[in-house]
Amino acid sequence: MVETIKEAKYTNEHEWVRIDGGLAVIGITAYAAEQLGDITYVELPEVGAELEQMGELGVIESVKAAADFYSPLKGVVAEANQALADDPGIINHDCYGQGWLVKLKDYEAQGLDNLMDAAAYEVFVGGL
Amino acid sequence: MKTLFEQSRPGRRGASLPALDVPQAQAPENLRRQSPPQLPELSEVEVVRHFTGLSRLNFGVDVGFYPLGSCTMKYNPKFTEEAARLPGLADLHPLLPQIEGGGPLSQGALILLAELEEQLRRITGMDAFTLQPLAGAHGELTGIMLMAAYHRRRGNGRSLVLVPDSAHGTNPASAAMAGYQVVPVASRDGVMDPEAFEAKLSDQVAGVMMTCPNTLGLFETHLARIAEAAHRVDALMYYDGANLNAILGYAKPAELGFDIVHLNLHKTFGTPHGGGGPGAGPVGVVERLAEFLPLPRLVKAAEGLTLDFDRPQSIGRIAPFYGNFGVLVKAYAYILALGGEGLKRVAEHAVLNANYLRVRLGRRWQVALDKPCLHEVVFSAADKLAAHHVSAMDVAKALIDEGFHPPTVYFPLVVKEALMIEPTETETRETLDEFVAAMERIADAAETDPDKLKAAPVTTPVGRLDEVGAARNLDVALIPQRSG
Amino acid sequence: MDFIPHTDQDRRAMLAEIGLGSLAELFESIPPELRARSWDLAPGLSEPEVSRRLQELAGLNARGLTCFLGAGFYDHFIPAAVDALLSRGEFYTAYTPYQAETSQGTLQSIYEYQTAICRLTGLEAANASLYDGGTALFEAAMMAVRRTRRSRLVVGASVNPIYRAMLRTYTANLDVEVVEAEVLDQGSLDGLIDDKTAGLILQNPDFFGRVHDLGPCFARAAEHKALAIMSCYPLALGLFKSPGEMGADIALGEGQSLGLPLSFGGPYLGFMAVKKDLIRTLPGRVVGRTVDDRGRVGYCLTLQTREQHIRREKATSNICTNQALCALAALIYLSLLGEAGLREVAELNLAKAAYARQRLAAVPGLRLVDEGPWFNEFRVELPQESEPVVARLLEKGLAAGLPLGRYYPGQERNLLVAVTEKRTRAEIDRLAESLEGLR
Repeated sequence: MVETIKEAKYTNEHEWVRIDGGLAVIGITAYAAEQLGDITYVELPEVGAELEQMGELGVIESVKAAADFYSPLKGVVAEANQALADDPGIINHDCYGQGWLVKLKDYEAQGLDNLMDAAAYEVFVGGL
Repeated sequence: MKTLFEQSRPGRRGASLPALDVPQAQAPENLRRQSPPQLPELSEVEVVRHFTGLSRLNFGVDVGFYPLGSCTMKYNPKFTEEAARLPGLADLHPLLPQIEGGGPLSQGALILLAELEEQLRRITGMDAFTLQPLAGAHGELTGIMLMAAYHRRRGNGRSLVLVPDSAHGTNPASAAMAGYQVVPVASRDGVMDPEAFEAKLSDQVAGVMMTCPNTLGLFETHLARIAEAAHRVDALMYYDGANLNAILGYAKPAELGFDIVHLNLHKTFGTPHGGGGPGAGPVGVVERLAEFLPLPRLVKAAEGLTLDFDRPQSIGRIAPFYGNFGVLVKAYAYILALGGEGLKRVAEHAVLNANYLRVRLGRRWQVALDKPCLHEVVFSAADKLAAHHVSAMDVAKALIDEGFHPPTVYFPLVVKEALMIEPTETETRETLDEFVAAMERIADAAETDPDKLKAAPVTTPVGRLDEVGAARNLDVALIPQRSG
Repeated sequence: MDFIPHTDQDRRAMLAEIGLGSLAELFESIPPELRARSWDLAPGLSEPEVSRRLQELAGLNARGLTCFLGAGFYDHFIPAAVDALLSRGEFYTAYTPYQAETSQGTLQSIYEYQTAICRLTGLEAANASLYDGGTALFEAAMMAVRRTRRSRLVVGASVNPIYRAMLRTYTANLDVEVVEAEVLDQGSLDGLIDDKTAGLILQNPDFFGRVHDLGPCFARAAEHKALAIMSCYPLALGLFKSPGEMGADIALGEGQSLGLPLSFGGPYLGFMAVKKDLIRTLPGRVVGRTVDDRGRVGYCLTLQTREQHIRREKATSNICTNQALCALAALIYLSLLGEAGLREVAELNLAKAAYARQRLAAVPGLRLVDEGPWFNEFRVELPQESEPVVARLLEKGLAAGLPLGRYYPGQERNLLVAVTEKRTRAEIDRLAESLEGLR
């Protein structure tokens, strides 16, 4: 699995966001997925939930850890990835594609300026 | 092994009950259970064989060396088991001292509790004890609630509790459960960094929770400065007594500056762990916190010991009665047997054993901090992971094949690939030498045959289990075969 | 006697290996100003001396009391096989089963215990144990608060007063409102339960021994999306409607009556079971069934990420050590009795209590306070205050029941009488005769 994808922006809590159609698609990075290990459960937000930038979006559980994940942008939850209920492991092998977590509508695009691009995120992870 | 349910046969019975000697009674139809509970039907011999068989799949201190860090898996003396089962103690109804005429019928139990409180006061230097908390974590929660009561009484609006970054998980969990926000404080050279601590101190801090020695087995050298700084802003010092085994007779929490202390009787005072309880977590406090202790308090009256429920500042009831009495009896008997000198020798030999392992294991294994430890020592398998892809988990599983229970792994969090070893004082030198030899074999295997370690354990009834599968496809109870 | 096996030779050799001259040097890291200023405990005793002291203390307590005292903690028959099996060192000297491969005994027995509790309560997932019924009640209340994100709890006034007191203590520093009210039927809930209510907590049989059908009350809670929580008496479940059948979301209670001695207040057993959708909110340990790398069935701790040792301050609870050995005792008890035996024990309790009511109601001046139905406990009203009456009977070796005045001001003449399968007809007759004789 690739480390990062160029078209996304990144948070220092290891979430990524990319714009697709009118929606902001959000997931966790390969680094985060690797740190967590085999993911066993994902707690997703309700559709319609309103989030601030870096507000708590949900929880990802693996056998050894339970990590909160945060919203890279201010916005409203339009969709949550229900496929993860049956197979949370999708995140472990396709975190940027089929393993997306949440899609936001009415997002605040300015928030993207506060986030890292792929290169900056890779430097950030390298320093951890 | 088959489960009980799978062995059930209709009509089998394992217990005998007396015949009815009074007229039969009927439960009203509309209140009766419609679907039967489908509990297994087995004869006594089948039940006995089943549980005997299960026990043989288990490892206990009675089986062998069990060096879990911060758990103090010392030998559980058998005379304490007998004590807790004595008629007069085991069959006493807890409400007796709460009714008129019942006090004289429970004086023996109340005297035992009072004497245990006194023993614990002398051991820790604290002014007053409650024996009610039912486990260490319960003691922590109680201690934090006492902290909250103290600040409420003084009109201090405090919202934070500080913990070291090496703290056991129950510390922040307990603080959060009592409504506080938890702030970690960094360590330096393995102990709490007093400057980092002072930087985090404010008038929002209710208290700080520490253990000493800490989870790295080191004495918190800056305690005096930390306690002084905390008390200056009226923050309270809380002592997690999990590691008391290291300092019995050599240091007392009260004299180290602590205001609240909890003890783990199932660790330091030799009561058995039971596979996960029952334990007991008595809490001791300095005088100015005594008024907040839970109800009821044991007091001396003209007619003997009685229970005092009239304590307006008390936080209230935290347990149904006086604590896990059956566990308290064992600790009381243990302390009687050891006495002052015995308890001191406990600390001396616990620390002796841990340092012996530190030095001997240190030749092939990377110790987390290169200095003398107290009762436990932490190693890191990070170098083995980097060089041979052998993790702390692999080491643990390989030790099982060597006939030992593994030490604690992946704790404390501040050490990568941590192996936390607490031998306790009840192990012989021969056992420690055998453990070292086993660890040397594992170090050899890491270099020459790491796959062998990754396949471990192979000598147990089951090998490594699919924990991911267990979490993804939850199966926590057998669904009944027949319906309704 | 200190169980320290080291000889002088051992000490010398070990100190040499470490590079120290004496045991005292092991403690150099303790600054001198922090050393213990005194160490003042009595010298240690030998095993026979300790035994003598314990026997002395045991001898100062009641022996052979005929016990009609209950109030949530009962004198039940415990088969000998329970203690015999619990005393196996592999069970009681083991630790929490973190290393699954070497703890299959503990783990499988916990899985079986979880199964038994689910079947008993009619719910779908149970945990490995909590400390006791009172802390279990608090944990259930907090589960409701977290799940619904509401902060109001409604608690029935006939829930054990000890548990209600504990709940008040634990919620004192939290953002939670506890409303206690007499809930006798669904009508009582009008105006009490609303869309701000997190949970409704009721006990069945209640503290006064009365059995209810809580279905309608729980249905009302469900209408408002509040959690229905039932505190129950496990032996009663051998006969009466289960929490599952009544629509409870969470069932909990005190497991002491399942093979645990009274032991002056503990150790006891908090059990808890929930509907499937609440499984991730369960506090405490949970054991799951799985397979190993060769496809063999095995058991391991699961859902650990909710627990303190991983989730830390966001944990579902802080519980670590629980009551594992007590849960094992309960499991052994239930296996010995089996389904039919449990039903028979419940019927014995029911019948003996009914007989006692009949005898006591016939004592001039005594009257039954409630109408029933009951399980094995009931209230009687005496012509005078019950506490002095009980005191006099205690002197004769008879614990007649719990005088209710201390817990319920206004009920000074009431007595709560419990009758278990251990009480013979002769003992019940003696109770009635003694009460008659005191007028």
